[in-house]
Amino acid sequence: MTDLATYNFAYLDEQTKRMIRRAILKAISIPGYQVPFASREMPMPYGWGTGGVQVTAAILGPDDVLKVIDQGADDTTNAVSIRAFFQKVANVAVTTKTREATIIQTRHRIPEETLTAGQTLVYQVPIPEPLRFLEPRETETRKMHALEEYGLMHVKLYEDIARNGHIATTYAYPVKVEGRYVMDPSPTPKFDNPKMHMSEALQLFGAGREKRIYAVPPYTEVVSLDFEDHPFEIQHFDKPCALCGAEQVYLDEVILDDKGGRMFVCSDTDHCEDRRAHGHAGHLLAQQEAAE
Amino acid sequence: MYVAVKGGEAAIANAHQLLADRRRGDRSLPAISIEQIVAQLGLAVDRVMAEASLYDRELAALAVRQARGDMIEAIFILRAYRTTLPRFGMSVPVDTAKMKIERRVSATYKDLPGGQLLGPTFDYTHRLLDPSLLTDGPVAEPTRRTADESAMMRVSDILAGEGLIEGDGKMPEDHVPGDLTREPLEFPLNRDLRLQALARGDEGFLLALAYSTQRGYARTHPFVGEVRIGEVEVDLDIPELGFAVSLGPIQVTECQMVNQFQGSAKNPPQFTRGYGLVFGQSERKAMAMSLVDRALRAQEFGEDVVAPAQDEEFVISHSDNVQATGFVEHLKLPHYVDFQAELDLVRRMRAEYDAKSGAGEDGAGKDNGVREAAE
Repeated sequence: MTDLATYNFAYLDEQTKRMIRRAILKAISIPGYQVPFASREMPMPYGWGTGGVQVTAAILGPDDVLKVIDQGADDTTNAVSIRAFFQKVANVAVTTKTREATIIQTRHRIPEETLTAGQTLVYQVPIPEPLRFLEPRETETRKMHALEEYGLMHVKLYEDIARNGHIATTYAYPVKVEGRYVMDPSPTPKFDNPKMHMSEALQLFGAGREKRIYAVPPYTEVVSLDFEDHPFEIQHFDKPCALCGAEQVYLDEVILDDKGGRMFVCSDTDHCEDRRAHGHAGHLLAQQEAAE
Repeated sequence: MYVAVKGGEAAIANAHQLLADRRRGDRSLPAISIEQIVAQLGLAVDRVMAEASLYDRELAALAVRQARGDMIEAIFILRAYRTTLPRFGMSVPVDTAKMKIERRVSATYKDLPGGQLLGPTFDYTHRLLDPSLLTDGPVAEPTRRTADESAMMRVSDILAGEGLIEGDGKMPEDHVPGDLTREPLEFPLNRDLRLQALARGDEGFLLALAYSTQRGYARTHPFVGEVRIGEVEVDLDIPELGFAVSLGPIQVTECQMVNQFQGSAKNPPQFTRGYGLVFGQSERKAMAMSLVDRALRAQEFGEDVVAPAQDEEFVISHSDNVQATGFVEHLKLPHYVDFQAELDLVRRMRAEYDAKSGAGEDGAGKDNGVREAAE
């Protein structure tokens, strides 16, 4: 029987890492531009974050501290699985604390805590092309980007307003990067879009199945598309987090029973835990403590 | 009181343990061995090798066993291993005319040099469940012909002799064949890359597309020039030696589809080709591949692109079953952050709708959880 391979640090071989790093450098040089790269088959399925995993594997060093979140949480199964993967193949330090991490791999959220210089946020991207649902052909969309022909996107947003009175895009809300490329921020809720603007952290986006890498370097303009009379706005929640009382954060809705009972809690679990550790309590937590 | 869902790690470990248990099944039965899978489920092994693009029967059998017989899962496991292997050279093109033939049939000639050889085919079996296979009864030794070492002429060569079929097609002298596992695809593709993608494409997907061309969605008037299955030698060029050395034989299935072409301003009326080549024994895949290959050459012949099977970007972007299954199945991963965003929008729009239609007198605009749940 053939001897199965032993794997390199962070799984990918050095040649592959070099190829990915080149793509990353190009992506950083042209903010918002989708750089094709020779995405590898990873030992987890396409759609599970293979793009993000490859980017992380290519930039990860032995001194890095890695945080992995999915839906804002460190304990969702796929976040657990990816974190365990890098612990196994890179033996790297991991954390759930946003401020301790040097690299944060994420799916669908940007942490609530403002990221700082020196941190890198790696997004897992399913469909990197913001124009894909308007034009399915890659040959066409590449041309549209090259010619900066984004009228179609504005027409789509306009039609939303004409039909519904709102822009009906709530996540993966398109942004314009440094006044040039329209970019898909990955399926983060539009609530997170403002965090990308002029961020001190480096933001890298990896799409494995679609074989694209793109980037937003630190201190880059990221503007959500809108109209003068319909300015971009983020979601607002009526209630604070039921556990930590935080306001102006993104909340998950949790169904409590079959009688319509529900509560809203922080999607960013680290942020929520941190607040509770510092004595903040939402109404449900306060109730529970009173009961005990 | 709700407690945030913790314990993903323990849940994953438990799931893996249960999976291992289900994979093994009833412990009172002997475990199926890799050798048994290679020997007795050979066509499953062939499919895994073909779509994983890795010719190694034992590893493919291991993947089949590990995947509990789920073919796409097995293909995925083998591919994820393949991608870690270094690329240390490129073989010289295999010569299928020198194939050691086990099966070879042509639909275009009644008889031809080398003859028609049925080989181990299901074609003329009657699909009746065979009760004798319920037990491990004796199986008679097959009748064998004496090996014929001479090359067996391809049907395309016969037609080419009369100039009635297009040539094999030429690539520039310095053309290095692409490698879709090492470079991102960029449309439109050259035929080398297209054939590569088709060769590892999903059998079922290509079969359906091929079928669609027969039913009128891009008709190509196909005839099976020939299908041949057998062993070919793989030679590797060693630059240091200045000559090629043999790495050993592999089994392949080759299909040359002969298609009608009326001719154009540039080309005389002649037959055109669709080509299929697949690891192992997989006639269905090789034939489907050759039909789709021909359909995808529509633009080359100035034919109108009117059907899915002719649309290169559509076909090649969706033929990879590992990619397809990943993206379809990823929908089961949590999406509640995005769903929350949609929920919020629908609730808002719903409230506006109710306010407008006058249906929501009491508190339609309010965020009243109980009421909404009742709706």
